[in-house]
Amino acid sequence: MFLTTETFKENAVEALGNEQLQRAMHNVEAGFIGKRKAAADRLPEFDQLRANARDIKNHTLAHLDLYLEAYEANLTAAGGLLHFARNSEEARSVVLDICKRVNARTVTKGKSMISEEINLNEALSAAGVDPIETDLGEYIIQLRGEHPSHIIAPAVHVLKEQVEADFRRVHTHLAPERNLDEPESLLGEARAVLRDKFLKSDIGVTGANFLIAETGTSIIVTNEGNGDLTQTLPRIHIVIASIEKLVPTLDDVSQILRVLARSATGQDFSVYTTLSTGPRRPGDPDGPEEYHVILLDNGRSSMLGSEFQDMLRCIRCGACMNHCPVYHAVGGHAYGSVYPGPMGAVLTPSLFGVDKAGHLPNASTFCGRCESVCPMMIPLPKMMRHWREREFERNLSPATFRAGLSVWAFFATRPWLYHLATRIGMLVLGFAGKARGRFSWLPLAGGWTKYRDLPAPAGATFQAAWAKRPRT
Amino acid sequence: MSARDDILATIRRSLGVTGREPTRRDVVEQRLMRSPRGLIPKRADLPPAEQVALFIKMAEAVSASIARVASLDEVPDALAGFLRAHNLPMALRHGEDAIFTAIPWDRQKTLEHRSGRSDGNDLVGLSHALAGVAETGTLALVSGNDNPTTLNFLPDTHIVLIDAKDIVGDYESVWDRLRSRYGRGKMPRTLNFVTGPSRSGDIEQKILLGAHGPRQLHIVVVG
Ligand code: SF4
Repeated sequence: MFLTTETFKENAVEALGNEQLQRAMHNVEAGFIGKRKAAADRLPEFDQLRANARDIKNHTLAHLDLYLEAYEANLTAAGGLLHFARNSEEARSVVLDICKRVNARTVTKGKSMISEEINLNEALSAAGVDPIETDLGEYIIQLRGEHPSHIIAPAVHVLKEQVEADFRRVHTHLAPERNLDEPESLLGEARAVLRDKFLKSDIGVTGANFLIAETGTSIIVTNEGNGDLTQTLPRIHIVIASIEKLVPTLDDVSQILRVLARSATGQDFSVYTTLSTGPRRPGDPDGPEEYHVILLDNGRSSMLGSEFQDMLRCIRCGACMNHCPVYHAVGGHAYGSVYPGPMGAVLTPSLFGVDKAGHLPNASTFCGRCESVCPMMIPLPKMMRHWREREFERNLSPATFRAGLSVWAFFATRPWLYHLATRIGMLVLGFAGKARGRFSWLPLAGGWTKYRDLPAPAGATFQAAWAKRPRT
Repeated sequence: MSARDDILATIRRSLGVTGREPTRRDVVEQRLMRSPRGLIPKRADLPPAEQVALFIKMAEAVSASIARVASLDEVPDALAGFLRAHNLPMALRHGEDAIFTAIPWDRQKTLEHRSGRSDGNDLVGLSHALAGVAETGTLALVSGNDNPTTLNFLPDTHIVLIDAKDIVGDYESVWDRLRSRYGRGKMPRTLNFVTGPSRSGDIEQKILLGAHGPRQLHIVVVG
């Protein structure tokens, strides 16, 4: 887990000035928004399915202890091994112990945000095990020594030319004069390089989109097929998942699967939805001989029963960040957390503390688009407001901000004074801005006007204009 | 306290429960036993023939190619025709599923077919699907000696046979089949839902076919 959320403001300023990043971020709007809407419009029952998905997760969370026990019993009956981990360190040490026992040299990996959360790659490298990311986006950022900037499109901040440069730098066994102009040739090259790694790997690590209590099953949803090669070819398959991934039954998960791909990529269904239960069965010619599931808590059990419980419904589809104007402007890295965008603004302070991540809930315009597209109907803006309140209560917000708020509170609790002050303010601003119609600088608001102009007010307050409106 | 007990204890403390409440236990037990149906989209609520047509339409929409034959007798010609049209060698690998012994292979003498898992050197894999889901043009494939999972992912081209009678409307109908085949609460090691050939949008969000799994998915509907 890399955490630079404390410098969110500086990160954001840098991101706004990064021309390559700004070009790449256009792909988010172009690549996701229209497709999601078209997919949702094609399915008349979409909103009803969202409501069902929400209810199923609410029910699961309210009975999480019992569904975990049922999951454990069924997974064990199928020959799987379950490991509980209170925190990142415990989760890492389970993986490292397995690596040590079988003397593993390489670990191939499917895409997993939990692996990022617990910083697994660093721990593996330190132990002399080579972690190989196999999802194309994850592979690209691993070559670049970066972290994902999006939960489902980890390399969305990278341009094609940058990928080409990285491949030329790392794949030195290939002819230097080869043509890599087209994205197709980049994909072909990654496929060939990684195919070899799949076949030689000792252990495959994947995440899980869902865990099914009814059958002890883990599910991954992917498009590339890398997750499937990761979990089918090596002798050992390790799943790392967090406790809120649980869903009661196969029927329940069908409701959620119907909204997942549509919200994420605008597909009706992802290419591969794979259900894995235990190790290979007697007589099976392929599949892993050992199947381990590591269940990570990392603070989630304490979110239950709090005003942040709803966040545990999140299925990591990415729709909230795809539709977020702040995310579009600064990209995922500025958030300085594994989890960027609106879902990260709520989850990061829950997992790592509001003292470290207090800026994130402030990185919102409260436009509400995230909540309106969230397939699990998570009230993201409301929860960001809860964090702002907590930050204020705990005296964590900056002094100027607190002073400003108390000035505002002084006026707001004295309506006659408030009306008088705003009337004078609007008159002055309206008069001063008459010529240009906008301000490019204002006293006390330099930080705001640095990036945009403030339109000059009409010269009267809203309340005055309202009082004067013609009545019909 | 073990990590397991600690986590369960924190969950219970946060929820304000003990885990011994008879009503809570009953609700959970009933749900796991009955697995109540959710909302099933009307899209695939059709007579069987139209479900097959919808399955074909949806699978083609995600870039799978389709051939339809009247019976297993026609399968060798259909396979050979496809391989020839795509300039592929006349060789494929499949599992031990009974359907592969029922195919009259000698109708295409040049078509080589071997059985077993894939080691990565097969260009074409052939599988028999447990079911097809009309709703999204999705195939359901289960692991085992009959249809090794490696055949679904390692070969460049994946050909899947499906009996028209095995095409159902929705995912829920697949759960019914699994429950009757393996028993309630039981699953094979792997169930793959496959919807089109593999793809990636990780380079500038442009969708390209043929990421790590097959570049081509060809479905032969029998019947
Ligand atoms: S908060 Fe909602 S929209 Fe955002 S990733 Fe989670 S489920 Fe998707």
